[in-house]
Amino acid sequence: MVMFWVSLLAISILLYVLLDGLDLGVGLLSGLASGEARRGAMLSAVAPIWDGNETWLVVTAVILWGAFPVVFANLLSAFYLPLIVMLLGLILRGVAFEFRYKTQRLRWIWDLSFAGGSLIATFIQGMTVGALVEGLPFTNGEYSGGEVGWLTPFAALCGVGLCFGYALLGACWLVRKCEAEVREVARRQIPMLAIGVLAFLVAVFAYALAEHLPILHRWIDRPYLFVFPVIGAGAATVLALSILNHDDYLPFYMVAMVFVAAFGTLALSFWPYMIPSVITIQQAAAPPSSLAFMFWGCGLIVFPLMLLYTVVSYSVFRGKARTTAGYH
Amino acid sequence: MDMTALLLSRIQFAFTITFHIIFPSFTIGLAAWLTVLEVLCLATGRPVYRVIFEFWLKIFGVAFGLGVVSGIVMAFQFGTNWSALAKMSGPIQGPLLMYETFTAFMLEASFFGVLIFGRSRVPPWFYLFSTAMVALGTTFSAFWIMVNNSWMQVPSGYVLQNGVFVPNDWSKILFNSVVWSRFPHMLLASYLTGAFCVAATGAWYMLRKLYHAEARIMLRMGLGLAAVLMPIQLLFGHLTGEYVNTYQPSKMAAIEGRWNDEKPGSEVLFAWPDVEHRRNLFAIALPPPFGSLIDSDSLTAAETGLNSIPPANWPPVVVPFFAFRIMVGCGLVMLGLAWLGSYLSYKHRLAYNRFMLWLTFFSFPLPFIAIITGWFTAEVGRQPWVVFGVLRTADAMTPFLTTRQATVSLAIFCAVYAFIFLFGTFYIYRLIRTGPARKPFELPHIMVPNRPMSLADDEPITEPSHVIAGE
Ligand code: HDD
Ligand code: HEM
Ligand code: HEM
Repeated sequence: MVMFWVSLLAISILLYVLLDGLDLGVGLLSGLASGEARRGAMLSAVAPIWDGNETWLVVTAVILWGAFPVVFANLLSAFYLPLIVMLLGLILRGVAFEFRYKTQRLRWIWDLSFAGGSLIATFIQGMTVGALVEGLPFTNGEYSGGEVGWLTPFAALCGVGLCFGYALLGACWLVRKCEAEVREVARRQIPMLAIGVLAFLVAVFAYALAEHLPILHRWIDRPYLFVFPVIGAGAATVLALSILNHDDYLPFYMVAMVFVAAFGTLALSFWPYMIPSVITIQQAAAPPSSLAFMFWGCGLIVFPLMLLYTVVSYSVFRGKARTTAGYH
Repeated sequence: MDMTALLLSRIQFAFTITFHIIFPSFTIGLAAWLTVLEVLCLATGRPVYRVIFEFWLKIFGVAFGLGVVSGIVMAFQFGTNWSALAKMSGPIQGPLLMYETFTAFMLEASFFGVLIFGRSRVPPWFYLFSTAMVALGTTFSAFWIMVNNSWMQVPSGYVLQNGVFVPNDWSKILFNSVVWSRFPHMLLASYLTGAFCVAATGAWYMLRKLYHAEARIMLRMGLGLAAVLMPIQLLFGHLTGEYVNTYQPSKMAAIEGRWNDEKPGSEVLFAWPDVEHRRNLFAIALPPPFGSLIDSDSLTAAETGLNSIPPANWPPVVVPFFAFRIMVGCGLVMLGLAWLGSYLSYKHRLAYNRFMLWLTFFSFPLPFIAIITGWFTAEVGRQPWVVFGVLRTADAMTPFLTTRQATVSLAIFCAVYAFIFLFGTFYIYRLIRTGPARKPFELPHIMVPNRPMSLADDEPITEPSHVIAGE
């Protein structure tokens, strides 16, 4: 049972990162774009799907709460201010989808809130993961880092890294969904963003070596873990080739693969901890009566249905996006 | 832990959820109404239903967006501000919210995209299906959130082990009379919200002599639905009151402004509760046994007064006392309006009765006020407990939350919410002001023959002078 919920948690986080990552990335890139036509096209590429994507964040949160309540309570309260600011970022970019079409004079406000909200949310997501990897201060199972215990250079570095990562995902999505200028610009951005991501990974690795992060030992103990970085490197190579070949579809999948590899790397280095060196998966698990109740309904029946809805909504909107949807 | 961080957290929770509930109560009703319209349109082939559908869909889009973004905050706040509660009740509340997310949110979110952007991409039956799925999703959401809150009101089906609520009987948590009176009460409240907003919009167009055909349908359907639902709502309100009377005597005594035990009880209609001296000023009351009749369906039942409850367990008396009266008052006014309006509409006299049209127009805030005051009755009346009788609100807070953090978060919530609320309501107002767009469908001329109740009515389609830019 516990293993089942860990896997579901991992799948949900991964889906969130890939799916909302792509539309947060589009949001980031829209901040660089000029001109109504381009921004409008970028928005249309994600407008029908962003709500579903963001819901994976809620899915992640409730799996954490239902199956691992201690972790939910500890992490959310430890990251108090960053999480609230992240939520406000998500609010600002979420309302932009509806609001920007309701005005012309003030459209810049919502374009700004779309790009700015995406930037805030992305940076904080990266930063919190970074702070977790580095290790939060805990005493007796209770967070003891104070108001800004999460704020470290390493965490900030991870925040910047994730901005590059999501932007790369977003650029590949635009190449896939858009045409003409938007696609060309996105295609030119991919190499730069990819280099940014690469530089970030190198920096993280160097930092980890320099600081002897506890996670590093796990890697030295278990060399087979290197299979994930190898997969990532392979995907990166194919990505480079597909960009050279002007392929519209492959880059997105390759970047997604890089993300999967990075995620797998991270997850395995946490194992068996949920909050590194504080709480293990077994310690965090909810009582069996809760896990079983969730398993039979949510896990067995509804989770596959959720995947089905996601597939349905992506396939309804497959192909190139139509720039002006009839709705507005 | 200092008192101020606690107070700020409470204000923050109340503020954010009050903001949130405005939108779900509107969208739950509206989603159901959109489904009905789509069915009517497919069944009768009358384009006027499509025109109304497209019009309300735009408003639905804005309100739904606001509901979603403000709802995500709610789910997180349990962890950020109430981590002691989240740890203790996670094994029960976590699974319930998980069911809500899994069964409701993903359904809504996925099909919402199809609803808004997918008309041209999917066959009509699938579009109808998507509309129905969004409506179903909102209903599921209301169900699970009511189960969750009902457990906090009347905890059951658990044992306390090492400071954790461990569920041992889920059927008690899901299928108890508390849920099954409160869930219908909330659902009906949402439908009434939808009904009154639709009717008020119709009345407004009537008054402005615009969109006659659409306005007539909105008025008739809105008021008719309200006329049917309102009495049922009063019944479920009464049933909800009975659970309070059974399980939460402190809340009931506060609602009723009852200080002493009475057998049988009297019924205070209006008063100013003077908490310090434990008495009611300016009281207007019905004599016994009206209190027992209303609270316990009995002529002789004993009713508990606040004096027999330790003051440490009292809720703030004034808030539930007045909030409850405002809710019931709104309900009675809505009942009167719905019945009178439906009667006039049945007699074909509503369209000419400008006074009644104005009343209907001004009625749209009533359901919102009733819902918010209803929640204030339930939640403030539950104090000082967060899990009634078991866990105090003061012990539920994140232990290391500082006043400064809580102040900063509350301040930015207020700023951002005020900002998006102002624009959101303004945009909705402008959408309603602009009115249904008939042009794109080119209906009146082509479709007139097969429509008994003509949409055209030879009414000029007045282009509003302030057409919104960019549409
Ligand atoms: C699932 C649970 C749940 C649900 C559906 C609601 N609440 Fe609630 N409410 C709480 C769970 C809760 C809580 C976590 O239990 C709070 C936070 C602090 C507290 O004492 O209870 C609370 C407090 C709280 C307070 C402050 C009471 C006080 O501290 O004096 C108000 C005014 C409301 N709520 C209002 C609402 C409104 C308008 C709701 C409409 C949607 C609502 N609540 C739904
Ligand atoms: C503490 C209480 C609550 C929490 C934690 C909560 C949580 C949430 C969350 C996370 C969402 C966004 C879902 C998405 O991503 O699509 C949401 C939306 C929604 N909530 Fe709540 N909610 C609460 C109270 C309520 C209540 C009382 C109701 C109604 C009975 C309600 C009904 C809805 C509905 C229908 C939506 C869909 C969005 C919309 O219609 O605008 N919620 N809620
Ligand atoms: C005579 C009419 C009514 C009575 C007797 C009544 C009774 C009650 C009572 C006793 C509560 C508190 C429940 C609790 O503490 O949990 C309540 C809550 C509530 N009421 Fe009413 N009510 C009436 C009319 C209405 C109307 C017209 C609406 C809205 C359109 C409404 C919406 C609500 C809501 C949203 C709640 C909070 C949710 C809940 O606790 O179930 N009520 N009502």
